[in-house]
Amino acid sequence: MSRDAILGTIRRGLKRGPLPEDQKAMLRARMAAHPRHLIPARSRLDRAGQVALFIRNVEKEFGTVERVPDLAAVPAAVSDYLAAHNLPPRFAMAPHPELQGIDWSDRPLLEFEARKGAASDQASLQHGFAAVAETGTLMLPVAGERPTTLNLLPDTAMVFLRASRIVGAYEEAWDLLRAERVDPLTGGFMPRNVMLVTGPSRSADIEQTLELGAHGPRRLHVILLDDDPAALPEAVAAAPDLRPEPARHPIAEPGEPASPGD
Amino acid sequence: MLVTSPAFKDNAARALESPGLQKALDRAKGGFLSKRGAAVAGLPEFERLRDIGRDIKNHTLQHLDFYLEEYEAKVQGAGGHVHWCHTADDARRAVLEICRRAGARTVTKGKSMISEELGINDHLEAHGIQPVETDLGEYILQLRNEPPSHIIGPAFHLNREDWEESFRASHTDLPKDRVFHERRDILTEARSRLRDKFLVADVGITGANFLVAETGSSVIVTNEGNGDLTQTLPRVHIVLASIEKVVPTLEDCTSLLRLLARSATGQDFSVYTTFSTGVRREGDLDGPEEYHVILVDAGRSNMVGTDFQDMLRCIRCSACMNHCPVYGVVGGHAYGWVYPGPMGSVLTPTLVGVDKAGHLPNASTFCGRCESVCPVKIPLPKLMRHWREREFERHLTPSAIRANLGLWAWFAMRPSLYRMATRAATGVLGLLGRGKGSFRTLPLAGGWTAGRDLPVPQGGTFMAQYKRRQRGARP
Repeated sequence: MSRDAILGTIRRGLKRGPLPEDQKAMLRARMAAHPRHLIPARSRLDRAGQVALFIRNVEKEFGTVERVPDLAAVPAAVSDYLAAHNLPPRFAMAPHPELQGIDWSDRPLLEFEARKGAASDQASLQHGFAAVAETGTLMLPVAGERPTTLNLLPDTAMVFLRASRIVGAYEEAWDLLRAERVDPLTGGFMPRNVMLVTGPSRSADIEQTLELGAHGPRRLHVILLDDDPAALPEAVAAAPDLRPEPARHPIAEPGEPASPGD
Repeated sequence: MLVTSPAFKDNAARALESPGLQKALDRAKGGFLSKRGAAVAGLPEFERLRDIGRDIKNHTLQHLDFYLEEYEAKVQGAGGHVHWCHTADDARRAVLEICRRAGARTVTKGKSMISEELGINDHLEAHGIQPVETDLGEYILQLRNEPPSHIIGPAFHLNREDWEESFRASHTDLPKDRVFHERRDILTEARSRLRDKFLVADVGITGANFLVAETGSSVIVTNEGNGDLTQTLPRVHIVLASIEKVVPTLEDCTSLLRLLARSATGQDFSVYTTFSTGVRREGDLDGPEEYHVILVDAGRSNMVGTDFQDMLRCIRCSACMNHCPVYGVVGGHAYGWVYPGPMGSVLTPTLVGVDKAGHLPNASTFCGRCESVCPVKIPLPKLMRHWREREFERHLTPSAIRANLGLWAWFAMRPSLYRMATRAATGVLGLLGRGKGSFRTLPLAGGWTAGRDLPVPQGGTFMAQYKRRQRGARP
C-alpha cells in the first residue's frame, strides 16, 4: 500500500503515469552503459606517476607504504613492521591463495592464522583487490578469501597490494570489479560488501579535533609489491612522462542518458 | 523527534546567552571553512563537478519512480528486502517488526539523520529493545539525552569538559578519579565501551548516503568505522534511507562522492566509503544473513513537481550550515528539529509544516553563501523566499509585520511618493543627528538600536545621489 502511495504521489508530481516502455528501455541502457562523468586530471599520469600519487595520498591520510621487490620479501616486511611498532609477531591473515602461497618459513617466529577478523586481533594482513591513486584509496571487496572484519577489528591493519592493481580513478577500479568478478547469488559483479578505505580510522567528534583510531584500525600499512616494471621508482626518474592519458571510455554529458550506441 | 521550531526566537535568544555553546561555536568557526576551501582548491574541476552533481540528481528526480523500482528489484535479487514506508509511523513499525522477528535485545546504530527524524531510539526503547548509538558524537548525545546540533558533527555544541563529565557520570564502573590527559583518552574509553556492544548486538541499523539502482547497493560514508562494524557484525542489517537517496549508477554515485567529503569535512575522501549489497554470500566468512532497506517517504514525494523539488537534491554535506552566519551564532538546537541551518530552514517547513517552522526561513540574512558552496547547487535563498511568501499568503505572519509590509508595499508601488517620503525622513534624521555621526537610541526603532547604532544619513537619498552622479558622469 505504501509502495503505491509513494509511487503514485511521485508520478502525480511529475504529471505523468508510469514511464512508457521505450523510455524505460532507454534508461536501462544508460545503466548498462554506466557512462563516466568528469575524471579529474590529477590521476591522468603514467604508471610510475600513478603509483607515486597513490603513495603520496596514503601518507597524506596518515597511512604508511613499504615497497617490496617480490613476494619472497613480504614475510620480512611484515615481521619488521610489527617489531618496529612493538607488536607481537602475530596476525590474522586473509585466506587468500596469493598470501597462503608465500613461503613464510624464513621468518619462523611469525605466527598467523588464515581466517576472518576477531575482536582480540592486534594485527591483520588483508589482500588488496585494487587501489585508486586519485585519493590513496584501497578497494576491498568481500569474498571468502577477503573477509570484511579484517579491515575493521584489528588495531593495526596491513594490506598487501600489487602495484599493477593501482589505477588512477575510482571508475577504473569499478571496471576491474565488473570485469573480474561474478557474484554467485546475483550473477552480477557486486559482492555483498565493497569497502573503499582511505587511511586509518579517525574521529573529529571531540572539539572538531582529529584523533586516529576511533573504532577501526589505528594504523594502516600498505605492503606494495612492485610487480609493474613501468611503475618502478627508477622509471620515474628516467622518464617523467606526465602526459594525460586519452579517455578510453565514452564520456556522457552530465545527467543525459547515454545513447545505447555509446 | 519533538519539534521546538515554533520557539525559534526564544531558542535563539537562549543560545546567544549560553557561554558553553558560544565557546563551542567560536572554536569551530573557520575550521570547516578553511578545510573545505583547501580541498576545493586542490581539485580544479570542482566547479564543473557541482554542475554534474546537480544534473545527476535532477535526472534521477525526473525518473524517481523508475529508479526506485529498479533499485528494489536489484535488492531483492541480492536476497534483501525493501520495505516501502509512506509515513514515519510505517517506518517505525517496520523497524520494530524486523527487530522483534530477529529476537533482538540490543541494536547497534550508525549515525543516521532519518533515524533522528523517525525517533527510532525512543520507539525501540519503549518496546524493550536497547538501541546503542556507536558514532562517537551520537554516543555521547545518547548518554546526555540530547538531540544532535549538526548533521555531520552531532556533538558540535559540546566542549571537552562536557565529554569528561558525561563519561564519569555514565561509566560508573571505572575509577572515579581517572584522569583524561588528552582527547584521545576520551576516545579510547568510548572505543572499548562500544567494542563490547558491537559484538553482542543482534541487529545493526545504519543510514545511507546513497542507494545505487544499478546494483541495489546502499552506501555509507564514515571516518570512524562504526557504521561498518554496525553493518558487518550483527546477523541482521537494517538500512534506513529516504527515497531521494537513489542514484542510477556507480559512476553517478562516484561523481557525487567526489563532492561529498570535500564539501563536508574538507577531506578528499572519507576513510570508509562502503557499498552494501544484499546478504552474506555462500563462502563469505562474515556479514549479515538478513538485509532490509526501510525506504522512507515521510513527506518527500509531496515535494516532487513543486518549487521545493530542488531540495531533494541535497546530499546532507552540511556545507550550507558551516558557512551560515546565523547558524554560526545560534548553533543547531535553536532550529528546533533534525535539520538546522539553511537546508533545515527549507526542509523543516516542508516536512513538519510552515505553521510550525515559519520562523526558520526568516532566520536568514540572504547573504547567499549557502547557495555558493552547495555541492549540488540548491538555490537555498530562493527556496527560503518561497516559504516567506507562502507564510504571508497563509496569514501566518504576525499582524504587526503584515501591517508594516503592507505599508511599505503601498509606498514601493508609488515611486514618487516613496522618494518624497525617504527624502523627508533623510532630511529629518540628518537634522536631528547633526554633529553626532550616529544615533544610540531612536523612537520607534528600538529593535534596531538595541543591538547597534544607526548611522546618521548624509548627503541625501540614494536616488538623489545617483541622479547627481549620472549628471556628473555625462560628458
